[in-house]
Amino acid sequence: MTAQKNRLGQGGRIDRTKPLRFTFDGKIYYGYQGDTLASALLANGVTLVGRSFKYHRPRGILSAGAEEPNALIQLGLGDRTEPNLRATQIELYDGLVAESQNRWPSLTTDFGAANSVIQKFIPSGFYYKTFMWPAKAWMFYEKFIRQAAGLGKGPTEQDPDRYDKLYASCDLLIIGAGPSGLATALAAGRTGARVILVDEQQELGGSLLSERTAEIDGKAAADWVAAAVAELTAMPDVTLLSRTVAWAYYDHNSVSLMERVTDHLGPVAGANQPRQRLWRVRAKEVILATGAIERPLVYSDNDRPGCMLASAARTYANRYGSMRGQRAVIMTNNDGAYRTALDLTDAGVTVFAVVDLRSNPQGELVKAARAKGIEIIAGHAITGVKGKLAVTGVDVMPLTADGKGVTSASRHIHCDLVLSSGGWQPTVHLHSQTRAKVVWSDDIQAFVPGDKLPGQNNRSIGGAHGVFRLADCLAEGHAAGSEGAAKLGFGGQSGQAPTVSDEPAEEALLPVWIVPSDKPVGQGGKHFVDYQNDVTAADVMLAHREGYRSVEHLKRYTTMGMATDQGKTSNVNALAIMAGLRNVEIPSVGTTTFRPPYTPVTLGTFSGIDKGDFLDPIRKTAMHQWHEQHGAVFECVGQWHRPYYYPKPGESMHDAVNREVKAARTGVTIVDATTLGKIDIQGPDAAWFLNMVYTNAWTKLEPGRCRYGLMLGEDGMVFDDGVTSRISENHFHMTTTTGGAPRVMSWLEEWHQCEWPDKKVYFTSVTEQWSVMALNGPLSRKLLEELTTDIPLDDDSFPFMSFKDGHLAGVPVRIFRISFTGELAFEVNCKPSHALHIWRALMQAGEKYDITPYGTEAMHVLRAEKGFIIVGQETDGTITPYDLGMGWIMAKSKTDFLGRRSLTREDTKRPDRKHLVGLLTDNPNEVLLEGGQIVAHVKDKPPMDMIGHVTSSYYSPNCNRSIALALVKNGRNRMGETVYLPYEGKVIPARITEPKFFDLEGKRING
Amino acid sequence: MVEAYQRRSALNHFGLAARANQGGHATAGVILGESAHRTIINIRGDANDAAFTNAVKSVTGVDVPTKANTVNKAGEVSILWLGPDEWWVVTTPDRSDELVPALRQAFQGQHAAVIDVSESRTVITISGAKARDVLARGISLDLHPQVFGPGQCAQTGMSKCNVLLHQTDDKPSYDIYVLKSFSDYLWQWTEKIATNFGLAIGA
Repeated sequence: MTAQKNRLGQGGRIDRTKPLRFTFDGKIYYGYQGDTLASALLANGVTLVGRSFKYHRPRGILSAGAEEPNALIQLGLGDRTEPNLRATQIELYDGLVAESQNRWPSLTTDFGAANSVIQKFIPSGFYYKTFMWPAKAWMFYEKFIRQAAGLGKGPTEQDPDRYDKLYASCDLLIIGAGPSGLATALAAGRTGARVILVDEQQELGGSLLSERTAEIDGKAAADWVAAAVAELTAMPDVTLLSRTVAWAYYDHNSVSLMERVTDHLGPVAGANQPRQRLWRVRAKEVILATGAIERPLVYSDNDRPGCMLASAARTYANRYGSMRGQRAVIMTNNDGAYRTALDLTDAGVTVFAVVDLRSNPQGELVKAARAKGIEIIAGHAITGVKGKLAVTGVDVMPLTADGKGVTSASRHIHCDLVLSSGGWQPTVHLHSQTRAKVVWSDDIQAFVPGDKLPGQNNRSIGGAHGVFRLADCLAEGHAAGSEGAAKLGFGGQSGQAPTVSDEPAEEALLPVWIVPSDKPVGQGGKHFVDYQNDVTAADVMLAHREGYRSVEHLKRYTTMGMATDQGKTSNVNALAIMAGLRNVEIPSVGTTTFRPPYTPVTLGTFSGIDKGDFLDPIRKTAMHQWHEQHGAVFECVGQWHRPYYYPKPGESMHDAVNREVKAARTGVTIVDATTLGKIDIQGPDAAWFLNMVYTNAWTKLEPGRCRYGLMLGEDGMVFDDGVTSRISENHFHMTTTTGGAPRVMSWLEEWHQCEWPDKKVYFTSVTEQWSVMALNGPLSRKLLEELTTDIPLDDDSFPFMSFKDGHLAGVPVRIFRISFTGELAFEVNCKPSHALHIWRALMQAGEKYDITPYGTEAMHVLRAEKGFIIVGQETDGTITPYDLGMGWIMAKSKTDFLGRRSLTREDTKRPDRKHLVGLLTDNPNEVLLEGGQIVAHVKDKPPMDMIGHVTSSYYSPNCNRSIALALVKNGRNRMGETVYLPYEGKVIPARITEPKFFDLEGKRING
Repeated sequence: MVEAYQRRSALNHFGLAARANQGGHATAGVILGESAHRTIINIRGDANDAAFTNAVKSVTGVDVPTKANTVNKAGEVSILWLGPDEWWVVTTPDRSDELVPALRQAFQGQHAAVIDVSESRTVITISGAKARDVLARGISLDLHPQVFGPGQCAQTGMSKCNVLLHQTDDKPSYDIYVLKSFSDYLWQWTEKIATNFGLAIGA
């Protein structure tokens, strides 16, 4: 086994009996089960892990968690490769393949680092200033800049993994399983409340997993965590989710979680499980126990590989045993960093010194460090970091009395680790996502959650609201759990709050937002604020000089906080620096509003299994399998799949459609019309209601008869159409367009419920109660006669626009004599469970007549030949019945119907509105493009004055020529005029005609 | 009268009867099936009007449920609450021809409506210890036994379909009423999810 040179021989939460092999940039390393990629790299002495975005500066691991800005990794190969993952959150597995990003040809020799040499010439705002002028030139620059931008690479193949998503509900959702969250879960869970406890790490325990000496209830922290987890696991209504990040907090306590189910097993081992899972949780109360993130100090060249957060080093030493033999200098403005000094010393790291920005620190931890022999250099600052690809040492100088500068001689200390602590910022992201405010706390020099919003029921506890002492966190957690459960009606005992003894008191921190150097900021070394987007303190100063002083401007000008880490370690530092420059309080610079996601989420979890055929429901009629078996090509009509046409072997679409269209006018054809919307209307006011929603009159329609109706919106524009039949005095059966069915149903209910609730009428959707097949053609009556004994089909007994109940092929049917082709036609309505039987019976009996099934395209051609409109094709929400030439359907006798008043507006009465007309091209074989623009006068080039557009256009085999419908300004007064359709490279002339091309006298309806 | 073989259920093409014979029911986490051709009659009326509730009771033998999202059952007939003035009378197949006219007759003189919707839906049945896990993938309602139990129903979304969900026992078992045009999609979607929880097909 290859040695891990910086690994401690014992301790930590790694399993030394389970070595794991991995590669980083092609080189083989070993780590242990329980490692993250970051801890394993550190154990192997690898400190250089990436290059920065803009300047390609060499970078190392800064943190041990979600806030990591530097150690971004391209993980995995081929179709499973994933960019920009944080090494600090990648769990190590055997065979893991990791690559660094943003470097070429290698991490140590990177040509992009030339940007670092010319960095003086590419300050913040450089791209805006340089490439945006002249405006057009951006089109040219963009492709080069885009190529240089971006960190990792996305996979080009389809994602091979399975993803899962589900809904969940609970009483308490607790986010964060550190001391606060665990205490909450224990207290609430004991009462019997339904609890979901989530934590983004591989193990529950949060900060307790990094403790070396802390004790809770007399147990070592790790043992207390184990006991707590065991107790929670035994509770039936408690769900524990590790490896799960709560990434979004939406309205009404709806929180989205992403669980990494098998990422930690690698691509092969997890093949039987989903890779990741999206949880959409609705909680009665949300407890935000998300802890806090340590802020780095902003000092000169603070980005050298080997510069790290003090707390991160503590985690790597205590939890992973991966810092052996390193030599550290710590700079701090608070007592907390002394914990790192003490623990590192115990873990075999040489801590040369703690450089304390405070002049006279006397806290208990400080004293403990001093007692351990650690040198404490108070009132000093690190003014520079030496080393390029790795830290080799620091320069330390005394601070001036006002703390804003340094003075006298510098002292050089050799080291390979520079740790800093600038205090802690509560993780307020989820609180902020609810759109609640954050407020500034002078005590901890950080933003803490403000009041929660009404409608959201949540509570921030522990580190997440600026309470850092362990005893306080546990007490708050216990209170949140027991009070939360009690509020929700759980009366059970919540047990004793966990206790801690002998927690050292800490002194206040000293806010120092820029650690001074011996040169002015911006000269010599670089003071990085936002590591990932390469924003320095000098950039913030530039933004200030150029007037970008509010947080919103600062952010956009410098790109501070806009990288994939959303500025988790940089936002407060940048705001504080800007506040100092403006000489105002920090909150008056503003705060950033956090938005989802907290950390990036894979698109796969959003889709779950809903991709491919599951992306959207495919609605199928009862005859669907028949259509499939008989070669139908399908068309999407909303969610329905309808037969488009039925090609015979060797036929083109044109051939097939022509054959189908001809058959409808010469023989007998059949079409599946099931998808039309159908609404059952019952009640004594049903006819009154129809009078209001349709433009024509319905009172006198006799039972057994049908009528075509046009529905308008309040604006007088055509909204839907269809045939409605009177079943009995107070009972109607309405049909709607396929796409309009749900809209019409809502429309009827809205008017009934909101405007006319006193009217006695009920509406019920019966679209799917009936399957519908329409027989069209002169032979349709003959065919039907063979299959029914109880329905007379002659014109006198069964006239056009009436319906009959009876039997066909032995099963009950309702047949409507209505026609969308102008031919003799019968619409057979039957039970869907009988539909295939009837369809087959008709096909069998119709064989001798060469019965032809046709699809939606032939249906469109046939109705266009007759000039029948399709709502949504001939209309677009701006077309009145008069525009369509359908004044005949406007009841003169009715005092009111929906849309009537709007038709009296000046604009809707104009005689020169766009009218529906026919268009015939000079060349009978030229089929116009639907949507084609129409002009009266052709110019050399656009723009030309458009007078309308083509709404429908087909080749009509029955007319032996092309036909088109169009909306043309003043069209009805232009009959016979020639208009023009300018296309690319040619102009097609066409003559305006009546919008009707076949059987102009309407004689064919009776066969 | 049409022969039974001529009548096809919405999920007929999946060959569920044959698959039901393949067994595995004892060890399955979830059992899926189709309950086809159920009689479903939509009724509308005023639940505060004794004439209406009496009429329903006289024809069906069941009290009209007035508590939201609940089901009353007597013998083979259940009445499912859909809304304050809307219910489904649900029973065994082929009873519409008898019940629809009887209800209409009983409602004479009232403003009440009866419409047969039996043919518009099929019922996907789901049962077993893992049924809730399957439903949680598609339904956002809280189906925890403290919240939703036998005798409760709800109109809701499942995957991307509108359904009516009715819990029929505490195994738990549920009836999922779905429009037939969506049933092919919803069946395949549910079966795919259920496969992860140990699937058998019910008779």
